[in-house]
Amino acid sequence: MRTAVIQFGGSNCDRDVVHVIEEVCGADADLVWYKDGLNRSYDAIILPGGFSYGDYLRAGAIAARTPIMGDVIRAAGKGTLVLGICNGAQIAAESGLIPGVFTINAYPKFLCRPAYLRVENTTSPFTRLYSEGEVVMFPIAHKEGRYIIPADELARLEKEKRIAFRFCDESGNVTWTANPNGATGNITGVLSEKENVLVMMPHPERAAEEILGSADGKKIFDSMIAYVEES
Amino acid sequence: MKFDIIITISLKEGMLNPEAEAIRRAIAHLGHTTEHLTTADQFRFVLDAGDKENAEEITRSICERLLANPVIHKYEIEVI
Repeated sequence: MRTAVIQFGGSNCDRDVVHVIEEVCGADADLVWYKDGLNRSYDAIILPGGFSYGDYLRAGAIAARTPIMGDVIRAAGKGTLVLGICNGAQIAAESGLIPGVFTINAYPKFLCRPAYLRVENTTSPFTRLYSEGEVVMFPIAHKEGRYIIPADELARLEKEKRIAFRFCDESGNVTWTANPNGATGNITGVLSEKENVLVMMPHPERAAEEILGSADGKKIFDSMIAYVEES
Repeated sequence: MKFDIIITISLKEGMLNPEAEAIRRAIAHLGHTTEHLTTADQFRFVLDAGDKENAEEITRSICERLLANPVIHKYEIEVI
């Protein structure tokens, strides 16, 4: 799997993602500076976390309007895998790659702690190595992570099984108390219509090695690699 | 022609506004009770456009494509 990891001014999880793809999963990753554009084809594009443009206007709003996001949207349209993590998820949502928006947490402070997630979709290129209902632990680190989506579009997401992850408790119960940011339906991972785009607020790259306390996130990258090798 | 543009962006009715709630509580600490407290962002700039109608059209496009997110925001524009 050849992966582009896009660096915007203010990205800060880019090198962590490259480390996981190359050193932990054994695939290839190029760091691509946003001004350079995507000059070759990739199997996967990752929009990493950080604080692009200082979160000015709304988190992700300005990065979403840079020319390289036009390249990313075109690649996604052709079926390239796109994974948006944290600020990358905000950028992807602001770009219209998925419906809805990530906005300020219900209790408006920066949250940085582990969170339990229930895997809701096990058919996508990102989640195929998980089992349905599996409970995983990824860290979250955000202030603008509350997912909001109009009711009619939410119904469509649910019908099409495009919700990848929901916040839950340790036993997998999706409850309000297990919802750290007030997201609609505890949703924190959303797939595009063709399932080749996944956006998520939690950080799988920070949970990809046992030494970090959880290796649950590695399956996302391994799922992507398996999908690319099969297709 | 140059026009002065004033744009006000705020959350749609019914949207949770944690910032406004925190400010309402801070005002309460000053000893005052407030109701229906909301917040908004205001943008001002000078725009060169053919006529007022054209200026409004450009301003709406800027709001819809960048300044507001239609999922959560409403906007008001003033062209002077």
